[in-house]
Amino acid sequence: MIDFLNLEPVRILLYLVAICAFVGANAAYLVLAERKGAGRIQRRPGPNEAGPAGILQPLADGIKLLAKQVMVPPGTDALLFRAAPLMVMAPPLMCLATIPFGDSIVAVNLNIGLLFVFSFGSINVMALMLGGWASRNKYAIISAARVVSQSVAYEIPMLLVVITMLMVTGTLDLSEVVKQQAGWFWHWNLFKVWVNPLMPVTFVIFFTCMLAETNRAPFDMAEAESELVAGAFTEYGGMGFGVFFMAEYANIVVGCCLATILFLGGWQSPIGALSGGLWGPVWFLGKMYALIFTVIWIRWTFPRTQFYSLLNLSWKILIPVSLGTLLLTGAMMKLMPFVFPSLH
Amino acid sequence: MIAEKGLITSGHASDGTHETFTLNLGPQHPAAHGVLRVLMTMDGEWIQRAEPIIGYIHRMHEKMGENRSWAKFLPNTSRIDYLSAMNYTHAYVGAVERALKIEVPERAEYARVITSELNRISSHMVWWGALLLDLGGFTPILYAFDDREKILDLLEGLCGARLTYCYYRFGGLYNDVDDAFLKGTRDFVAHMKPRLTMYRELVTDNIILRKRLTDIGPISADMCRRYGATGPVIRGAGVAYDVRTVEPYSVYPKLKFKIPTYPQADSMARYLVRMDEMEQSLSIIEQALDLIPAGPFMAPKVPRVIKPPAGDYCYAVEAARGRFMVRIVSDGKEIPYRVKLRAPSFSNLSLYEEASKGMILPDALAMMGSLDLVIPDIDR
Amino acid sequence: MNPTLEQLTAQFAALVAERASVSLPVVGGALCPDGTASSVESGRRSGFTPDTSGVNPDLPKPSPVQSVAHALKGYDLNATVAPDQVVAAAQLLDRAGFGLDAVTGVDWMAQNEMEVVYDYFHPTASLRVVVRTRVPRATPELPTISPVFPGANWHERETHDFFGIRFSGHPNMKPFLLPEDADFHPLRKDYAP
Repeated sequence: MIDFLNLEPVRILLYLVAICAFVGANAAYLVLAERKGAGRIQRRPGPNEAGPAGILQPLADGIKLLAKQVMVPPGTDALLFRAAPLMVMAPPLMCLATIPFGDSIVAVNLNIGLLFVFSFGSINVMALMLGGWASRNKYAIISAARVVSQSVAYEIPMLLVVITMLMVTGTLDLSEVVKQQAGWFWHWNLFKVWVNPLMPVTFVIFFTCMLAETNRAPFDMAEAESELVAGAFTEYGGMGFGVFFMAEYANIVVGCCLATILFLGGWQSPIGALSGGLWGPVWFLGKMYALIFTVIWIRWTFPRTQFYSLLNLSWKILIPVSLGTLLLTGAMMKLMPFVFPSLH
Repeated sequence: MIAEKGLITSGHASDGTHETFTLNLGPQHPAAHGVLRVLMTMDGEWIQRAEPIIGYIHRMHEKMGENRSWAKFLPNTSRIDYLSAMNYTHAYVGAVERALKIEVPERAEYARVITSELNRISSHMVWWGALLLDLGGFTPILYAFDDREKILDLLEGLCGARLTYCYYRFGGLYNDVDDAFLKGTRDFVAHMKPRLTMYRELVTDNIILRKRLTDIGPISADMCRRYGATGPVIRGAGVAYDVRTVEPYSVYPKLKFKIPTYPQADSMARYLVRMDEMEQSLSIIEQALDLIPAGPFMAPKVPRVIKPPAGDYCYAVEAARGRFMVRIVSDGKEIPYRVKLRAPSFSNLSLYEEASKGMILPDALAMMGSLDLVIPDIDR
Repeated sequence: MNPTLEQLTAQFAALVAERASVSLPVVGGALCPDGTASSVESGRRSGFTPDTSGVNPDLPKPSPVQSVAHALKGYDLNATVAPDQVVAAAQLLDRAGFGLDAVTGVDWMAQNEMEVVYDYFHPTASLRVVVRTRVPRATPELPTISPVFPGANWHERETHDFFGIRFSGHPNMKPFLLPEDADFHPLRKDYAP
């Protein structure tokens, strides 16, 4: 009898179903987590009516959004208008296929995983832009223009940081990156200050860029509720809006996964022991959700930045600093073996 | 502003080659806090011209004043600026008292000062939360409303209303301030002082907030004067104009308080003025609580039917948004001949077209937030 | 630096004196600056219906420029000028550093006149000035002061909405608070909804 589970297409199909379920559940429950977290920060209970402690709230929201008519306003580019929500949802799903959740839990172990994630990640911007443009709404068009310039500005420092990490790890394979960080938590890339003393700064840059790329507060220029009504999503109602909303969370999940893998040791245990088997996903998800909580925490604590200070932050601070770390890492990697031969 | 800072060079359409578009901001827009519409001619995100269009919630209070008795118009005044109703009723009551030459008992005057200042704090809290909401900070408004709730409870205990108070009467008050209110107010002052410190540490010192407000939307003292902008707007331009000291009314001359002014004339200055004003109001309330005498809360001889002698009378108060003046014209009958309501938001908004020229949209909205507009107050 | 009441009174007296030959509109009893005139009495004596408070031919004509006790009236200086002098008055007050408080109207139907009232405040001095003028009810028109005080733009539009008083030279005399198709002026005393 053929072992169906080990057949490559079946395996990938199963993983894809699992990833879809993972993204769906995450997007739905991160909305609840966000609202609960916001409630906690704002000293109110948050949603607590649907089910015990509001646990069924995402279900209620989903049913409401699904039951709504999908309105395509007259004068819009109907095809692009409908395509944009799909285009915005697809990239995070693809990206998650290469994310190693555990020692052996990965859908497709690509040796160019990092490249894959970033090439799909940048489609997201185009989807938002098309959605804004197709809406035939002035707020949406302003938002689309903002999304593009914001994305261009933040893609650069982010990729510079990734190149730095690439130099440190020497591989594009995400599983390999994680494997290099085995052992105690000072083996994580975040604390590898002997490779580059600015490594924590690199992480902060990555995290900031991740916030900006996913259009999260304080960089939520695309939605900018009190300025642009709902930005690119102004004309979307029902599930069209719902998908945009879910994609935002899916992107956060992808971003936090990447940050975990690149800097926080992925599924490796921070204490050396308790690794392998089911511990892998536990550590991985624990680190990822801690990062996601930080993202939520930041959103409900800070006001939105100004658009030009956002761009200034990228072009005048983040890009020079990330270039600096890149150069420093290169120099350190070449010089350190001579200075401290014992370390290498 | 931005060009000065060298932040971004704009593609300004001074040569007329740029394509501009019209943006109808409102009447339903999250930043307008009501039904205000701003017709903007935009060059990208730069505003070439922003013309506020008002009147969507116009109720013609001035006409209502001409077809009901003097006393029956009193509740109307609390519905003009629903956030500082106490101050507004104070102005109207004061104008009629001035016409009738009624001496208001001292206890009533102190009670008016206490309630007016409480109302000012609650109004500023709504502004504070709403401004932060405009700037994309969602949390402060809930903190502000939490504290404001205590003020609303106190005032509800006095007059039954939580928002559109009608507590003052010609010659005094609707009822006496009871011990529960006085004690509750004392407790509130004690509670509020550390809260203001927390507000400062949590929000005012935040670098993003400072960057969003500093040097944004300059409104010079001269512009304030030419447009008649008053209140925190003119005080944020460095002019210590406050009706409480310039045209002293009630028992304010007996109380010690500072008029906070900031000379920077930007949105941050207006922000800081209001934050300081809350502190000053707390100090005024504290002093008034110490000084409030026992005694009657109504003047002894208030005519049952109000018929002010013919003539015109003005009475101005410092409302939360600036100078609110009631001008009444009486022909000696029991119905007003003319009631003019000079609303501060109206004048404060009228400078928007000049002030917002060449600004970028989010900055212009931040400036609008710093003007603290209440749309029913503009439209009346 | 701050203007004093005496200076302003003198300046306004000079302004009014320019038109001494032109007969000034009679200030009605209801607006007698000392506020003592009883309109009910005067109305009876002059034979008007009770609605028409105001003109009392027996009273001496009050001076067009009067300083008033603030505690009684809420303003310090009361100046009545000719309709075409409002701009000069505004310029005078602009030079003295005043700010525009409000512009409004009062419909004196009995005298067949419209009164336009300009309120001024001073940002630093405790001075309040009221400038009044009267225009015929049939042709209520007077020059705009919006070039001097841009804030008057809105106030004049509002006054036009409510009273139908036209401000010649106004840059934007569109309906303001009333609906765009409103062809009525609600604060006119003969307005019936």
